[in-house]
Amino acid sequence: MDGVAYNYAYLDEQTKRMIRRAILKAVAVPGYQVPFAGREMPLPYGWGTGGIQVTAAIVGRSDTLKVIDQGADDTTNAVSIRRFFSRVADVPTTTRTAEATIIQTRHRVPETRLAEGQIIVFQVPIPEPLRFLEPRETETRTLHALSEYGVMQVSLYESVAAHGRIAKTYSYPVVVNGRYLMSPSPIPKFDNPKLDRNPALQLYGAGREKRIYAVPPYTPVKSIDFDDHPFEVETWAQCCALCGSRESFLDEMIVDDSGTRQFMCSDTDYCAERRS
Amino acid sequence: MYVAVKGGEIAIANSLDLLADVRRGDRAVPEVSLRQIDEQLGLAVDRVMTEGSCYDRALAALAIKQARGDLIEAIFLLRAYRTTLPRFGTTLPIDTARMSIRRRISSTFKDVPGGQILGPTYDYTHRLLDFSLAVEGEPPAAPTAPVERHEPLPRVGEVLVREGLLEPPPAVDMAPTDVTREPLSFPADRTARLQNLARGDEGFLLALSYSTQRGYGNNHPFAGEIRYGSVAVEFAPEELGFAIEIGEIELTECDMVNQFAGSGDVPPQFTRGYGLAFGHSERKAMAMALVDRALRASELSELATSPAQDEEFVLAHSDNVEASGFVQHLKLPHYVDFQSELVTVRLLRKEALQRQAEAEAAPLSQAAE
Repeated sequence: MDGVAYNYAYLDEQTKRMIRRAILKAVAVPGYQVPFAGREMPLPYGWGTGGIQVTAAIVGRSDTLKVIDQGADDTTNAVSIRRFFSRVADVPTTTRTAEATIIQTRHRVPETRLAEGQIIVFQVPIPEPLRFLEPRETETRTLHALSEYGVMQVSLYESVAAHGRIAKTYSYPVVVNGRYLMSPSPIPKFDNPKLDRNPALQLYGAGREKRIYAVPPYTPVKSIDFDDHPFEVETWAQCCALCGSRESFLDEMIVDDSGTRQFMCSDTDYCAERRS
Repeated sequence: MYVAVKGGEIAIANSLDLLADVRRGDRAVPEVSLRQIDEQLGLAVDRVMTEGSCYDRALAALAIKQARGDLIEAIFLLRAYRTTLPRFGTTLPIDTARMSIRRRISSTFKDVPGGQILGPTYDYTHRLLDFSLAVEGEPPAAPTAPVERHEPLPRVGEVLVREGLLEPPPAVDMAPTDVTREPLSFPADRTARLQNLARGDEGFLLALSYSTQRGYGNNHPFAGEIRYGSVAVEFAPEELGFAIEIGEIELTECDMVNQFAGSGDVPPQFTRGYGLAFGHSERKAMAMALVDRALRASELSELATSPAQDEEFVLAHSDNVEASGFVQHLKLPHYVDFQSELVTVRLLRKEALQRQAEAEAAPLSQAAE
């Protein structure tokens, strides 16, 4: 049935056009969540269906695709999505960040600086940054329309009051182009600075919630904070056990029964490049 | 070198092979056929077609076989197939008043025109395990009525509507929304809501409808009518200019009659909730009708205080393919976000312990002075 019963890149052309229209609108209004008629994909909701639909709508045979999950090319879900696209879209794949024209990612932004002409596609579980403060879509849409983001500032303040610092660690909210509050997807806040004025196009797809949003190249992206509690990222006392990097996001692994820890780069391509 | 995540590709391939093997089970036991699933597990097929939004018994049976009887997985398989199908048009609205009836009951009247027709139902069985089914054997053929009924049975509700006691079905002056082609937005129109509920998880709707009966948004329902049978599906191709019958589908319809409402302009009258499902799916149709009625709270100027009356809560969480995916996505690696949390929790603990130590040291130093 493969490749015969299904259109190129799985989605029918009409659906791709619909998604491309949503992407264009998203690029035109940076950070605004554009509703789109998300389709049922042959992969489960919550496993990257939004990112897969965005990638399926923009991918062509001249592209080179990289898929990462947690920064790694060989995590099970990244493998599964990469296999899906080489099967239905006949697209060359790579693990090299610099070689890819499209990078689909879950939970990380590569350490290697992205370049003009590249597109990074984020898989988004909950596109609404205000969702856990206000569960109703009718309310949050109004808050966005009015740029009424005080509730988020208050929630960060409550965190400072309770813990002495902003304790939010991932999905750290950002303001795009001075207008829309946006969820950067569950990337660690370590990656937030990479979103700011990035030369690559950032597309965000939420399949279950049926929303697409975007950050065009070189758009200012600011992580919200306070003058006396400025935004800061995670740091480690250790360096990567493999490549010795002190600049990358480190994963912690428990390597024996007595709980010995070892740290290594979450970005497997970055780590491998440094060692080669 | 310890690298936990290497070898994903081979491990996945092996897992798929093992799944195929386990699905088949003991090769000494004959393989189940799609016809057997359709004929002997027909109610499972009905549910998969209903929540999969695709009326095709063979495909639903295939999905059930592939999913090893996991109906939500089967619904997912059918949905993912359905979404790739081209749409060539919209049929005329089906007319359930012209249903060829296999079962029709009303709990609001002792007898109704056309009579109460019980049909095949578990309602009057005693739930005793029938051990005779454990061995193969054929039951005797069921007796049939002397004359097959052909004339359509009027709906019970229509009698009440004529008297003004029951609100007429709401007039639909718009092409129905297609929730599989347009994102759901709130407030949802009734066509979108009914589609959402028809595709919604039976268990979720059952629990919600039950909650209304226990006081969380009660609207005092009566099963005005439940009918199950087959109806013709008609399509009017543009080039023909008239409708042709393209097939027949089995449906279960529930017209729930609920406590009266009235206003300054309208004298008190009973209100309705509507449920419709493919095949023989009474539990689903009834649950849907109760939830539909509960969701009309604001339209009927009722105070909406319960989960079943909350449109965003109900419609955003009814879909089991969405729910199943998102709940189970927690199985995916989350170690980057967890690492981020670890770094922060360690920092917070260090600061908290420091503050604690300072607080303990302070009174001592004061005492020493």
